[in-house]
Amino acid sequence: MSKANFPLSPFALSLSKGARLTLATLAVTVASPVLAQSIAITGATLAIGDGSEPIQNGTVVITGGKVVAAGAGVAVPAGVKTIDAAGKWVTPGLVSGFSRVGLAEVPGVSETNDTRASKSPFSAAIDVAPAVNPLANPIAISRTAGITRAVVVPVAGSGMFAGQGAVVDLGADMNPITKARAFQYVEMGEEGKDDAGGSRAAMILTFRMMLTEAQSYAKAPASYDGGTKDALLNRVDAQALVPVVNGTIPLMVHAESARDIVTVLSLKQDFPALKLILAGATEGWMVAAQIAAAKVPVITAGLEDLPSSFEKLAATQSNVGRLVKAGVPVSMGMLTGDSALQLRLATQQAGNMVALTKVPGATGLSWGQALRTITSAPAEAMGLGDRIGSLKPGKAGDVVMWDGDPFEMTSAPVAVWIDGVQQPIENRQTKLRDRYATPNEGAMPKAYEW
Amino acid sequence: MMKSGKWLLIAALLAGSATPLAAKKEKEAAPPPSQGSSAEPDNPYPSTYKAYPGRPTVIRGATIFDGEGGRIDNGVVFLNEGKIVAIGGPETPIPADIAVFDGTGKYVTPGVIDIHSHLGVYASPGVDALSDGNEMTSPVTPHVWAEHSIWPQDPGFGRALANGGVTTLQILPGSGNLFGGRSVTVKNVPARTQQGMKFPGAPYGLKMACGENPKRVYGGKGREPSTRMGNMAVDRQTWIKAREYQKKRAAGKDQTRDLGMETLADVLEGKILVHNHCYRADEMANVIDMSKEFGYKVTAFHHAVESYKIADLLRENNICSAMWGDWYGFKMEAYDGIKENIPLVYKAGACAIVHSDDQDGIQRLNQEAAKALGAGRRMGIDISDEVAWTWLAINPAKAMGIADQTGSLKVGKMADVVLWNGNPFSTYSRPEKVWIDGAMTYDSANPKLRPVSDFELGQIGAGDVK
Repeated sequence: MSKANFPLSPFALSLSKGARLTLATLAVTVASPVLAQSIAITGATLAIGDGSEPIQNGTVVITGGKVVAAGAGVAVPAGVKTIDAAGKWVTPGLVSGFSRVGLAEVPGVSETNDTRASKSPFSAAIDVAPAVNPLANPIAISRTAGITRAVVVPVAGSGMFAGQGAVVDLGADMNPITKARAFQYVEMGEEGKDDAGGSRAAMILTFRMMLTEAQSYAKAPASYDGGTKDALLNRVDAQALVPVVNGTIPLMVHAESARDIVTVLSLKQDFPALKLILAGATEGWMVAAQIAAAKVPVITAGLEDLPSSFEKLAATQSNVGRLVKAGVPVSMGMLTGDSALQLRLATQQAGNMVALTKVPGATGLSWGQALRTITSAPAEAMGLGDRIGSLKPGKAGDVVMWDGDPFEMTSAPVAVWIDGVQQPIENRQTKLRDRYATPNEGAMPKAYEW
Repeated sequence: MMKSGKWLLIAALLAGSATPLAAKKEKEAAPPPSQGSSAEPDNPYPSTYKAYPGRPTVIRGATIFDGEGGRIDNGVVFLNEGKIVAIGGPETPIPADIAVFDGTGKYVTPGVIDIHSHLGVYASPGVDALSDGNEMTSPVTPHVWAEHSIWPQDPGFGRALANGGVTTLQILPGSGNLFGGRSVTVKNVPARTQQGMKFPGAPYGLKMACGENPKRVYGGKGREPSTRMGNMAVDRQTWIKAREYQKKRAAGKDQTRDLGMETLADVLEGKILVHNHCYRADEMANVIDMSKEFGYKVTAFHHAVESYKIADLLRENNICSAMWGDWYGFKMEAYDGIKENIPLVYKAGACAIVHSDDQDGIQRLNQEAAKALGAGRRMGIDISDEVAWTWLAINPAKAMGIADQTGSLKVGKMADVVLWNGNPFSTYSRPEKVWIDGAMTYDSANPKLRPVSDFELGQIGAGDVK
């Protein structure tokens, strides 16, 4: 949340928003608090993010950090600063459905990379929230591109369970967490079988045994002995899987192939409380009806169309369109590519879904549906549909004003708000751009140009 | 090094083992070798590509970007016998009774050229058995040829055609080595063999790499190079040897054939073009000086994420930069990547090229160019759509030494043409039809004109719209 700037406290992560605001007022701050503005953005081509199509001459009103109204013919309340968005597009802030933003500054430089802990004794208990660095440059770069929230997913390090992911905001402040421990992440495919010893049979058995151990832990925590030689889970990891097996937090399962997806869906027979989210699901279209019937949301890459592995033989860009057509709620995110850096590809993913509607035989999405996959759909998959992801009244004031159609690669944001707080849209890339607008050095070296 | 006499004996034995028919064919294909043990066959793995049948075709009414910066509204382009026969405005005369496609509201461009691809050498599926792009057993492997790793059944070729409008691509060895080996240029046509794809007459390239990759790979093995100064030192030592080899060869002196040295000697003689993977501005400057030290030319820096810092130097040295639209930060030497790299290189008057280095990116090079175009315009650089298309057309063609044959829609050039269903800088546009040497090899309206590789045939999803 971005009501105020204050130093990141480990306690802040577990506090409610209200409590954190109180803390903020007490905290010694370096910067003065930045308060949410009351603004009305008028005259825009406006998209709500709920799947509806953009409207002309739309108005968004934000007060107290929240959306008060959005649509055509919305009256601007007295005393509210008006921003003319004629010729501009306005959307909700984009939500990356799958990322590792804030967990790595330079993914190839291991010192800066907190995505994976292959030498840790812990797996399911790992919680990414305190590791998210709100000052990471990829956060600023993604924010500049209109991404205001992101699902942050750990990478499996020791075993098939990767740990607990979070939802973050990309605001320029020290408190990035929207929801800590938003889900547990598990590998259930080519990677999962590797993590579990080498075969899918072992992977499924391992999964079942681990969840059974979590159930034992839940029944009698004091007597659970993770130290015995038969135990797969230590006490901490067993405890972390209790809310998963109880369905208190969702289980995001990475499965790509149709056969693995069917396996995942069948897990509910033995663990009926499981709240599944499918990540990947490149071959999801082949079993779209089953996914829809199970009411399981999908978070996918969107543009994968190559058999880049044997679990993606049936990859097609029409996967998203076919899943949506079958009634599956679909989000898009960085399942492939640079998940810590390139969240901004969301608009390209979405635009290409629209492009497919003009390709004979392909299944794409309408513009509004495509926007939904990178706004309200991931918010809903994270259980945050009432708080973020669209411009419906009562939602967080996460708004982006664009200089053109956001799905065109020639467009860019001109203003970004998170929780009603206007964000800087400068970053070290824009600084480098400005320094080297002409490459030649002047009277003094470039180092003095800043 | 083998003694030359012994080598001659082995060569004779090998020749003797060939079947008479094969030997006869080889004799016909290759010119008679010159005398001496250093004699090189001129073209031992010749292209067998021949244009597929086309028919006289006219596209009329489309907006044309000619690939050299020209634009024709409501244009006409006429293809016949594999060549561009006419191009011009609506008044352009065309013969009667030939196929005419209505291009109203659509766009015509030359086929996209990707100067940096690993299709076929890092094929899909990405299993170890198909990982053939980096011979990482020595930092100096100019003797390997990428074409000998190409798997023509890589499904990526078909995707690059259908979704990307790619008609020509350069396939390079990877960047693990300082001298990675020879690249090869291919037409993006399905074929049983790599020879069946090879672009007839295209010069070879030499893949070189500076920076983190070689020093990481070999430093990790506890050997040279483990530093950037090690990279440069090994490069320079190798060029010293290459210079000696080349001098002897040019003088007709006897020496044992050395495949790597043959490639480097060809570079020194300007027959093979240097494509140098390099990220940082300061390293590119070092490489430029090294090329002058040994008398060769760097044709293009690839990736070149910091070209914008030395765009003046690159212009002065007439070196192209092959760049991504928006990749940055995935490793230290990519940390300063910015979206304005391409337009800033363009603005300085240096040669700018959009490349993919990626089996997904190659399907959307038009969109990568659009990112650069938008970023450039936002910072006040005036770039028209038709000029930006040069980044995907004549500029890569020049840097690959094939600009006299393809890379723009000029009369007499290969009829490598894409009809887009909208402005190709729009995310909403896709290739509608693609012609390679005048043969229609993709038609979005005809499912049978979608290539299905052997790997995908009979698999789930074969023939699906991808």
